Amino acid sequence: MKGSKEKLQIIIAGLLIGVVAAVLVLLGNPANMGFCIACFIRDTAGALGLHRAAAVQYLRPEIIGIILGSFLFALGKKEFSPRGGSSPMTRLLLGFFAMIGCLMFLGCPFRMILRMAGGDLNALLGLLGFAAGIGCGVIYLKRGYSLKRTYKLPASEGGTLPAVALFLLILLLALPSLLLFTEEGGGPGAKHAAIWISLLAGVIVGGLAQRTRLCMVGGIRDAILFKEFKLLFGFIAIFAAALVTNLVLTAATSGTYFNLGLEGQPVAHMDGLWNALGMLLAGFACVLLGGCPLRQLVLAGEGNTDSALTVVGLLLGAAFAHNFGLASSAQGPTDNGKIAVIFGIIVVIAIGEFNLASNRKKG
Amino acid sequence: MTKLDARGLSCPEPVIMISQAMKSGETAYEILVDNRVSRENVTRYAEHQGYRVSVTENDGEYTLVIGK
Repeated sequence: MKGSKEKLQIIIAGLLIGVVAAVLVLLGNPANMGFCIACFIRDTAGALGLHRAAAVQYLRPEIIGIILGSFLFALGKKEFSPRGGSSPMTRLLLGFFAMIGCLMFLGCPFRMILRMAGGDLNALLGLLGFAAGIGCGVIYLKRGYSLKRTYKLPASEGGTLPAVALFLLILLLALPSLLLFTEEGGGPGAKHAAIWISLLAGVIVGGLAQRTRLCMVGGIRDAILFKEFKLLFGFIAIFAAALVTNLVLTAATSGTYFNLGLEGQPVAHMDGLWNALGMLLAGFACVLLGGCPLRQLVLAGEGNTDSALTVVGLLLGAAFAHNFGLASSAQGPTDNGKIAVIFGIIVVIAIGEFNLASNRKKG
Repeated sequence: MTKLDARGLSCPEPVIMISQAMKSGETAYEILVDNRVSRENVTRYAEHQGYRVSVTENDGEYTLVIGK
């Protein structure tokens, strides 16, 4: 049956992605952060000098790899489809606040899975908030929420973000002196695998996610909305593979890749309420966007310029989060961050209301 | 037969469109989508609901005829 073949594909992709993510930590990435789209876009904002938080500056090749991997697979499968025009500014704003939510929690939905796979129980509260946020978004979808239609665009428009990604890669390789880098031992930004390994990992994950439509938000959303579990299988497969790999690495090496508990977790804090509310905002905003940050990168690679602008929104959100002290640290959330998350939830509710079928003119 | 135009809408909106249309209890629907993800998702949903789906492609757009 076609459905079971799709399920098998996404489970295999999820397992591969889980292993790749766990191995990236062995090869130098920060703990429980083989991948984190939010953190890596934040580090990239830092490398470009858009914020000056010295601990989180590195032009992450994983992000470039995901965009280019998706772009190449889409081209190869004749699925590169330049389109846009579906409420671009609203999407940028949703991307901005999704990032504010992620940086309250300290991770995107992808890293939330990896944190759970590393034994970080704080991430369970994140998951609870995330599921609640998705539930909020689903209510709006059921009420007729839509950001309206996209339209076909020229290839040059659809190819802009992949071209920018390629340019950043060249910059990283040829002119790194123009970029800012966290000093050795200065924070998570200093921890990374070799450029080519990170890039390759990104290309693999971007390609697999493009082929399977993997999305961390879509899994829970479709399960609630349609009792459709395909995407959720990918989510669970990532968790299972990363968990097993972490346990194997802990047994086989001198490092610790699995540490069950709440305290002393890497790049995490223990404020359960704000872990949950941060991910509630992220989940809610991502349902209204139609996909998690990883999915936005993949769609942008396929030529969707609305998603490309969402990525710009994520980048801006990350820069603001560090310039205005909104991002949490291992010590916990900041007051500014709490205000920003509450404000973000209000903005996302307003976006939901304004874009209901009943509040829109026919379009 | 109910005809729906889901071109340009991003998932899951086309699936929501068809699921809401199916509440009317008609036996046949036609839905127009313009990307493979929507084609796959609408097809999967309709098949789960016990419908048969036939797809015709025309210049990057897909017409899905859904019937019992």
